[in-house]
Amino acid sequence: MEPILELRGITKRFPGVLANDHIDLQLHKGEILALLGENGAGKTTLMNILYGLYSPDEGEILINGKKIDIQNPTDAIHAGIGMVHQHFMLIPVFNVTENVMLGNEYTKTGGFLDKPKAAKQVLDISDQYNLHIDPNAIIEDLPIGLQQRVEIIKILFHEAEILIMDEPSAVLTPQEVEELFKIMHSLIDKGKSIIFITHKLREVMECADRIVVIRAGKVVGEATPEKADPEKLAAMMVGRPVELKVEKELAKPDGTVLEVENLTVVNKNKIIEVDDISFKVSAGEILGIAGVQGNGQTELVRCLTGLMKAQLGKITILGTETTNRDPRTITELGVAHIPENRQKDGLVLKIPVQDNLVLNTYYQEPFAKGIILQPEKIHQNAEKLIKNFDIRTPSSMVPVSGLSGGNQQKVIVAREFSRPIKLLIASQPTRGLDVGSIEYIHRRLIEKRDGGCAILLVSTELDEVMQLSDQIAVMYRGKIIAIVDAEIVTKEELGLLMAGIETEIDTERRKPRRVHEIVT
Amino acid sequence: METATKINKKIFRRAEKEKTRQHIIGIIFLAIAAFIWFVLARTTSPEADTLFVMTPGGSTVVSPDLKFNSLLMINILAVLSLGCGIFQYFKGFGKYTNFVLVLVGIMLTTSFLAWGARGGSINVGGMLRIMLMRSIPIVLGALSGILSERAGVINIAIEGMMITGALVGAMVGSLYGLWAGAIAATIAGGLISIVHGILSIKYKVDQIISGTIINIFTIGITSYIVTKILQEREWQYLNESGIFMPTGIPLLSKIPYIGPILFNHNPYVYTMYILVFVLTIALFFTKWGLRLRAVGEHPKAADTLGINVFGIRYVAVVLGGLLAGFAGSYFSLGSAGYFNQSMTAGRGFIGLAAMIFGNWTPVGALGAGLLFGFAETLATNLGLLGVPIPSDILLMVPYILTIIVLAGVVGRSRGPAASGVPYEKESL
Amino acid sequence: MEEKKDSGKKNFLKIFYEEISRSSVTIIILAIVTGLILGGILAAATTKEIYEAFDESFKTGITESLKFIWKTYSSLFLGSFGNPKKMIASLSSGESAEMRKAFKPFLESLVVTTPYLITGVAIALGFQAGVLNMGGEGQLYMGSIIAGWAGWTFKGLSPIIHVPLALMVGVLAGALWGLIPGWLKAKTGSHEVITTIMMNYIAFSLSQYLITGPFVDPNEAFKTPFIEESAHLFRFFEDPLRLHIGFIIAILVAVIAWYVLYKTTWGFELRNVGLNPHASKYAGINSALVTILAMTVSGALAGLAGAVEMLGVNFRAVQSLTTGYGWDAIAIALLAKNHPLVVIITSMLFGFMRQGSRVMQINTGIPIDIISILQAFILFFIAAPSIIRTIYRLKEPKQTEPSSLISGSGEKI
Repeated sequence: MEPILELRGITKRFPGVLANDHIDLQLHKGEILALLGENGAGKTTLMNILYGLYSPDEGEILINGKKIDIQNPTDAIHAGIGMVHQHFMLIPVFNVTENVMLGNEYTKTGGFLDKPKAAKQVLDISDQYNLHIDPNAIIEDLPIGLQQRVEIIKILFHEAEILIMDEPSAVLTPQEVEELFKIMHSLIDKGKSIIFITHKLREVMECADRIVVIRAGKVVGEATPEKADPEKLAAMMVGRPVELKVEKELAKPDGTVLEVENLTVVNKNKIIEVDDISFKVSAGEILGIAGVQGNGQTELVRCLTGLMKAQLGKITILGTETTNRDPRTITELGVAHIPENRQKDGLVLKIPVQDNLVLNTYYQEPFAKGIILQPEKIHQNAEKLIKNFDIRTPSSMVPVSGLSGGNQQKVIVAREFSRPIKLLIASQPTRGLDVGSIEYIHRRLIEKRDGGCAILLVSTELDEVMQLSDQIAVMYRGKIIAIVDAEIVTKEELGLLMAGIETEIDTERRKPRRVHEIVT
Repeated sequence: METATKINKKIFRRAEKEKTRQHIIGIIFLAIAAFIWFVLARTTSPEADTLFVMTPGGSTVVSPDLKFNSLLMINILAVLSLGCGIFQYFKGFGKYTNFVLVLVGIMLTTSFLAWGARGGSINVGGMLRIMLMRSIPIVLGALSGILSERAGVINIAIEGMMITGALVGAMVGSLYGLWAGAIAATIAGGLISIVHGILSIKYKVDQIISGTIINIFTIGITSYIVTKILQEREWQYLNESGIFMPTGIPLLSKIPYIGPILFNHNPYVYTMYILVFVLTIALFFTKWGLRLRAVGEHPKAADTLGINVFGIRYVAVVLGGLLAGFAGSYFSLGSAGYFNQSMTAGRGFIGLAAMIFGNWTPVGALGAGLLFGFAETLATNLGLLGVPIPSDILLMVPYILTIIVLAGVVGRSRGPAASGVPYEKESL
Repeated sequence: MEEKKDSGKKNFLKIFYEEISRSSVTIIILAIVTGLILGGILAAATTKEIYEAFDESFKTGITESLKFIWKTYSSLFLGSFGNPKKMIASLSSGESAEMRKAFKPFLESLVVTTPYLITGVAIALGFQAGVLNMGGEGQLYMGSIIAGWAGWTFKGLSPIIHVPLALMVGVLAGALWGLIPGWLKAKTGSHEVITTIMMNYIAFSLSQYLITGPFVDPNEAFKTPFIEESAHLFRFFEDPLRLHIGFIIAILVAVIAWYVLYKTTWGFELRNVGLNPHASKYAGINSALVTILAMTVSGALAGLAGAVEMLGVNFRAVQSLTTGYGWDAIAIALLAKNHPLVVIITSMLFGFMRQGSRVMQINTGIPIDIISILQAFILFFIAAPSIIRTIYRLKEPKQTEPSSLISGSGEKI
């Protein structure tokens, strides 16, 4: 049977990098094809080409055996291709119907919008595929899981037959991921075909009909879940045998470093983001905060680091109260922060690497005497850190914007680790990084822990939290639902907790150190 | 997310900025109340009556006059302002603050007028009519800003486009008549906005810089032309366009009170009404408007749906430019009858403030523009009332008002999310 | 052997050409040149005599145009620099009156440059902090008037006290004018472009009021009294040369600004707040405070410029039209890419052009407003370097140049 979609020899070059290297790919009707690869492998580029956002330097695209030319998204939409992007392409202030019909609006004569007709169509689609959404809801009021459904409805509204989904599970709880898989199967039942991009092995095993592995712009292997072997797949993804587990000894907690009591944070729209939470982190221990994005973790971190004010409660670091103190005071107590959004909060992109490396210490000796900066000392410091942390950069004087994501993160890590720190708050520390960088950062985190530092790890990557943490606190709607021992709890249990469901953890159960997923 | 209903609000401090703004406005209301009470009421004798003449001078339609006891009216207004002030300081009107700000402004001015004309009369009808006229360039400027900024392109060169429109209107008007002048001015505004569009959309120049360049250029070239050409005796006929005369709308201008004030004007006022209506419909009820707003909020999303982001932005910018040019022609063809360099006096910028105050909607722009127009009219009329404030100080009122408005408004309302950011393709 | 040497030479030329065509300095020079060409065409196109020449014949028209443009720009040059022949001659003759006359244009240009330089640094500092100070004009006015007030009000002081006092007062006035929009931006998020422009108009009205009212000279309407001799800024030479110590002050301001901006922790903080207020907050910098301070200092410097003008050149305030310093300063800062030392150069460019344009106006009847038009052209080309590259077929630079000259556009902190 002829494939419904075929890519032949797709090649795309960007300055300095060959993103796609003569890629051949086939998609059959009614199949779920998983495109597996680590961050930066070229999968998103390939799909952007398919969707008309980029044009390939070489190669052709065939639909049902016929060659078609896709110059822009309109062509792709006409060809029946729809894409659900990793970062949603939704307009927050519009409602569901307006977002869904944008680009293919229902109109009456004269260009006037026919909102009722469009709303009805949205309801029809949502019924047909069990997507259940209110056509008049405003996007910014919807939780992320529902926003994703709006994206799916949108591409169905534009009559897509081939659906591309880019890292759809990144923002979902495990339960929501199961829901998503159900939706995908019902789409297949109605005759659609799906390409699904991911770096998560486990999902691929659960839901794909076929798996294609991409590495460094090339197709390096194909498999089916029945015949596949996770370790082999991981090795194909990364190009070398991969440590699928993080080696770590049991923690030796030694005195409380961070104590949070009854912390409550209300944002300016009078919404409670952090709701009366309390917890402790000891030296030599990693406390992981698990939870889906948007349950208060971001606000908690901002509050702990002095970037946001708390309305109630108390934060104590090493015996000093730091509630609502400014970031500098907190930093000087020996606190380090790897921020969630490295380009926005962690780096000043246009200034040199060496300046970024002293971004929060520039005013101290030896980098400054009084108010006069000491450039030689700053430079020496940079050279030292670049060497110690293996930061790949042409020199310490180039703007940090020229570095890759992984190296930018290393700059932040190097900076934070280069001072004596007692508490490290790491927020999404490996987001968007390649496997090599991820392994590196995990190793350094464990090292710090073993050196006596207290670490608060906030991550939406459940595998990461489970592997690295000693204790895990689950946040849901601003509250800490439970604090559990990482050695004991199972992923399913965590998933339930993350969805707000109180769950009994069998504390008697001691499981052997499992082979976890590759942490990507 | 739950709302903080169960939590005792006394414990919570709002974000610092919100509180400051709320307090500032509250204090302003209280100060106004105090002013009305202590200054105006004290100097008004209980017997005096004020007569508000509601028929604008020269109007054929006569509306009944309003007569009332001056002190009574002033006291009532003082109490009302006090109430607003107390409420605003401790609780705040939230998203109605703008609206209440306008109301209190009206209270202040009414009491001022009642006081200034105590024992006598003042032609309020005429004042309101003039207020409407004074608000024209501000409203049109705001509409121009809305068109462009709703699509994501900030335009601070409205002032420069207005000046150009005024000059072109005057010159072409002198040669070929008023309508030709207005059309030429509009086109001139459009042409200039193409430059702004090219710089900021195609070359991704910072939109503020692009606007600044245009302002520098247009101010320079209009002065240049005035000095080199229009001031020469032989060319002076190029600067004598005359102005549009008011015409009444058949039925509407006969309505008592409203008629002579709203419906007996030159074409600029009527265009203003029409544009506010048309733009509201276009922006919020048509396919074109939906796409335009999408481009201003989240251009990448629009792009992935096949919408031509650059095309829409260009169109929006040019339409805004046409409007700005037209607005500029009001100064020469609708008001003065000739051109001089200081005609616009910052109205282009006040228009931007009106746009923000009106929350980027045409109707809001109309309301805000009327407010500013009112402030200007009041300033001149106070002089007539013999109020001993030097005219130079009174001239500052619209500008001070703009600052107050901006301080009280911004942050509570949000502009289009992608406004001010050049759109880069291939950056996913 | 011959061939190799030849190709070696050719390669060198090729590399040299390539480097030049990639360099951003080339862009700037070409932008200025292209601007001048366009300006010249405009000037010719609006002069009656040119049209008459074209009426005669196309050839006469072209020759006349070229002659006219040459006359325009040479008067511009002579007006701004002076006649080099006369300058050398006067030096060799050693006669003081002759020397003064020969060097007058050059020194006068420096006098005109002085306020541009200080205001240019003021605006550049603001831009580096991410603050768009469009209020240079108003801040300058306030500085000028208040300094003047201190100049004519206090009598019997020694210059060592009077001059710094008057300057200080002017600086404070400008600082206030900058503080208000700065504070509003930090605390309420109001866009400083609009608030500073509004403050301009308020300053105009206020100074008009003061000049015609409380500050008016009892003997002359619409003018203030002259400031005391003791408040005059020291002049280096006799009349008609007006070069005063304000120029040195201006240079010092630029140098100090450069030092603070690039060599101190304060400058580090200011630049980073301008580049990324979020990361700056994270790094412990108080972004709101930096913004307010930057706006205040910017206003203070503009006020200083006004004070210097008052004490060094004007000696009294007169009811007059706007001077356009504010917009010019913005252009000066942008052209200098907000670097205080480069501002010295760009402000001299504008100062010399302004001074020269006065002579040009006398000789050719071209209004001085053409300078604004030239400014706009030059800025246009600098803002969009690709246009110059296309016109002159230059190559792209190796590392992508940011095509926006400042980062941030009044974001709330």
